[in-house]
Amino acid sequence: MTDATVQPGAEGRPVKSGSLLEQDARTKRRNAAEARFKFYGMAAVGIGVIFLILLLVSIVRNGVPAFTQTFVTVPIYLPEDKLDKSGVRDPDVMRKVTTFGYAPLLDDALVTKLEDNGIEMPFAKPSKLRDMVSSSAAAQVRDTVLANPDLIGQTVDFKLLASSRVDGYMKGRVTRESLARDKNLDAEHLDIVDQLHELGTLERSFNWAFIFGSDASESRPEQAGLGVSMVGSLFMMIVVLVLSLPIGVAASIYLEEFAPKNRWTDLIEVNISNLAAVPSIVFGILGLAVFIQFAHLPMSAPLVGGLVLTLMTLPTIIISTRASLKAVPPSIRDAALGVGASKMQSVFHHVLPLAMPGILTGTILGLAQALGETAPLLLIGMVGFIASNMPDGVAAGFLSPNSAMPAQIYEWAKRADPAYYERAWGGIIILLVFLMTMNIIAILLRRRFERRW
Amino acid sequence: MSFIKLTASTLAIAAVSATAAAARDQVQVAGSSTVLPYASIVAEAFGENFDFPTPVVESGGSSSGLKRFCEGVGENTIDVANASRAIKSSEVETCAANGVTDIIQVRIGYDGIVFASQLNGPEYTAFEPADIYNALAAKVVKDGELVDNTYAKWTEFNADLPDAEILGFIPGTKHGTREVFEEKVLVAGCEATGALEALTAANGGDKKAAEKACMEVRTDGKSVDIDGDYTETLARIDSNANAIGVFGLAFYENNTDKLKVATMSGVEPSTETIASGDYPVSRPLYFYIKKAHIGVIPGLKEYAEFFVSDDMAGPDGPLSAYGLVSDPELADTQSMVEEEKTMGSSS
Repeated sequence: MTDATVQPGAEGRPVKSGSLLEQDARTKRRNAAEARFKFYGMAAVGIGVIFLILLLVSIVRNGVPAFTQTFVTVPIYLPEDKLDKSGVRDPDVMRKVTTFGYAPLLDDALVTKLEDNGIEMPFAKPSKLRDMVSSSAAAQVRDTVLANPDLIGQTVDFKLLASSRVDGYMKGRVTRESLARDKNLDAEHLDIVDQLHELGTLERSFNWAFIFGSDASESRPEQAGLGVSMVGSLFMMIVVLVLSLPIGVAASIYLEEFAPKNRWTDLIEVNISNLAAVPSIVFGILGLAVFIQFAHLPMSAPLVGGLVLTLMTLPTIIISTRASLKAVPPSIRDAALGVGASKMQSVFHHVLPLAMPGILTGTILGLAQALGETAPLLLIGMVGFIASNMPDGVAAGFLSPNSAMPAQIYEWAKRADPAYYERAWGGIIILLVFLMTMNIIAILLRRRFERRW
Repeated sequence: MSFIKLTASTLAIAAVSATAAAARDQVQVAGSSTVLPYASIVAEAFGENFDFPTPVVESGGSSSGLKRFCEGVGENTIDVANASRAIKSSEVETCAANGVTDIIQVRIGYDGIVFASQLNGPEYTAFEPADIYNALAAKVVKDGELVDNTYAKWTEFNADLPDAEILGFIPGTKHGTREVFEEKVLVAGCEATGALEALTAANGGDKKAAEKACMEVRTDGKSVDIDGDYTETLARIDSNANAIGVFGLAFYENNTDKLKVATMSGVEPSTETIASGDYPVSRPLYFYIKKAHIGVIPGLKEYAEFFVSDDMAGPDGPLSAYGLVSDPELADTQSMVEEEKTMGSSS
């Protein structure tokens, strides 16, 4: 084997002659693969961005109309002989006249309004005009009169909600064609609406009641608001925060700093990670069985909702707390121990304060996740026609039936009237604003306080 | 150690609140999603006109409502169950086993079930129960013989129907609506097509088993169970021009801009034709009250009386405006609620 070193240019072997500036086929192939991969990556990001934009645009486009509502101003005469026969102006006596007693006043007022403005009355029955205003109008007039009995005998201007279909017409959702087969409203109504709109007594304006109001029944979507369920969500979040933060932090400090490393703590760790991946509906069933059927807590109460969501949030908080405790360098602990601090002093005086930004970030993200959760609430009775009473006090806030924001949105999306569909989208906007605020707070906390070593 | 104090006090609060089951002061209702709109309208007006808080109305379906109703007596159980069908004897037994014995049955009115399709879709304008049976049942009679249903188009069994693919969205089995669909449409169609006779023969003369076989729907994807609400059916219809769906009359009347309805046996569904009994596919709606809760839960009896009052459930009331077909015997129901007459007690 003396001539083992083959001369360059010997038969059968190509010359390796290329320069680095000149690409051979193999290099070209590798470069092309890299370019392709870059393109795939960009395409993946692009698709994600497009979907996000589509989602946001459709949410905003469908949801923004829910924030405005059509109101019609009507002067209503409040006759004494109908509303207060006794004449003593005692609200307790006047309460006997129900909303059904107030409804005819609306008919009279609307007929008078048409006459005064020279608008032709197309219907034989005056009660047909009432379809233009919300069925909440009678209750609105009644509440005003009961709160202020001296108004009786006068003509008072009321700003009434227009019915959902009139509102839909002003928003372009309802047209004369789509009303052709609708029994709730006729095209003649829309003629009147047009004329009233020209007169300036029927207008769209911002609807605070959508943000602060309570849920309404199926027959009056124009009145429904998210306010009460927002309060329900608030009380649930209080329960979640007060329970899951101390329990979660205590558990992770023990596991991270004090617990011996053995089979049992390994088992617990694995189970915590598994719990974080358990579908939330499972916690709902657990909540139904344990808190309602066994512990006899009240149904539909934010307290129970909060307890269930606490179970769901705990693993998230424990995992993020342990991660931020781990991120504190051991030198801090060693230094504290070295100057004579006890183990507990080193943890509570040095490690925990340094880990706090991470813990808070994890907690806020856990809360944000809990805020958007619907599935477990289905099973403990927080979905339905529930959020109609504002709780009167802190104890009632925890214990009296209420809904939550995502549950309310889910409920609206199920209802028959198309106006509720719009409100569901509007509710999503409010929910997203809350979630984004919480996430921004989390980011700010991290930016402001996080330390790197 | 303020942190430990905080933890300790939190746990204490949790423990205290867990033992204090607060007294309930509002009526709690659950059940049929068909009755939910009516119940919510009543609950809202009840809260407005009375000094009681607005009742809480949950949905979930007739069966799940009655199941919760029968869980027992006490403040942590519901007071009223809404149902789009009558309570079954098996449910009455479960109730009795759990101590729920005195049940007041209240019929609030009638509801029509309609077959609707996309407004601009094929001309599904007139159906007979036989057409629906032929389209959706598991076994049909073809050329005098009982065979598995392989019809793909409506024209294959009725030349008057549009030349379109068969696709039906029907309520899932947890809905009370399904039962009416089975009894008033499938069984009727089964009889009309002669399948009932063939099935009775196949089952050795057992008519009950044959009727049960009539209610089976095909499983090749042409008949789809919808377990959600009517909004889900509407969304499916929206994306399938050829499909027909089963809706409640009130839901259809709120969505006439998207749906068109078909006649059944030549009768157009409307509150009038259902009240007169001409439209064949209708069913009574009920709610059930625990008598033991009357006097314990404030406002329960008032709620029930208000529900069936002429102002609410009468022919000119808001329930009828929403789509309920009011009960011609409403006066009897009113006196029954007034006297708290329970089921089974002789009237």
